[in-house]
Amino acid sequence: MTGTLNLVGYGLSAIGPAIATGMIFAAYISGVARQPEARSVLQPIAFLGFALAEALALFGLVLAFVL
Amino acid sequence: MGSLFRLSGEGEGFVPPSSNDFELPPVFGDNAFTTKPIILVFLSVILVSVFFLLSSRKAAIVPSKLQFAGESIYSFVRNDLGRDIIGHEFMRFVPYLFTLFTFVLTNNIFGIVPFLQFPAMSRVSFPYVLAVFTFVVFHYVGIRKQGLGKYLKDIMFMPGVPKPVYVLLTPIELATFFLVRPLTLSLRLFANMFAGHLLLLVFILGGEHLFQGVLGLKLISPFAFAFGIGLTFFEFMVQCLQAYIFTLLTALYIAGALADEH
Repeated sequence: MTGTLNLVGYGLSAIGPAIATGMIFAAYISGVARQPEARSVLQPIAFLGFALAEALALFGLVLAFVL
Repeated sequence: MGSLFRLSGEGEGFVPPSSNDFELPPVFGDNAFTTKPIILVFLSVILVSVFFLLSSRKAAIVPSKLQFAGESIYSFVRNDLGRDIIGHEFMRFVPYLFTLFTFVLTNNIFGIVPFLQFPAMSRVSFPYVLAVFTFVVFHYVGIRKQGLGKYLKDIMFMPGVPKPVYVLLTPIELATFFLVRPLTLSLRLFANMFAGHLLLLVFILGGEHLFQGVLGLKLISPFAFAFGIGLTFFEFMVQCLQAYIFTLLTALYIAGALADEH
């Protein structure tokens, strides 16, 4: 069985952004559930936070392929 | 019993799909400018232009179905991405946002259109170029609006922060604006399309390989195909979401450059 350990490392490093993304959307959902009219305000903020958290996972992905 | 669970009848192993599956040969002869992704990008330009020309050609007060479809996409970009995020100067940027959204969306959806089935954005050079456009646009807008000195000062020295913190904050902010933003913008789109296409390849090629195996494996292969179909719908969602996020982030960056203080 052949392969590279990089991908295992990437899998481990993706745990952090995964938890972060989950927390961001959990906060977004509970915010909208409490105050449905705040949806349009919260939506870009939630996606911006999601994008920032996902950026970390993307760095990991790039390094997994580059190294 | 052992032969029921062997991976393949002829004893040859399964070659998992890899990044080599994205290196497609030229379609016409040796010409390197006619690979499938390039042809798909040109096709997307033609499709988007023709669709919106047709849908806006006979604009009427009571819209036809085609006009309604075109106008709902346009009003989504103009209202939800332009007006709500950029603010009162948004009309200047709607053409750019609209082009970006439709172009990225069409190219992403090519990933699940039968017979095309290749998202052009899974070749990293196309997202790079789009990110360069966004990079130039939002910096140009910021510099035009606030002047070069004030724009850079706002980026480097965020107001309302204790002085010693600038040692840490200034490099981070500079890296964010000039390196991280364009890189993540392009890599996010690329990585999502790349991973999605690879995922579909794994399930569909894997199902096909199982089907060539012994009887026990033949019985399993429909499940792999069913999963592949399910994931195709999931991919459709991801493709729309990524086109939305790319445009949303562009709008957010433009709004940040236009704002008086960060």
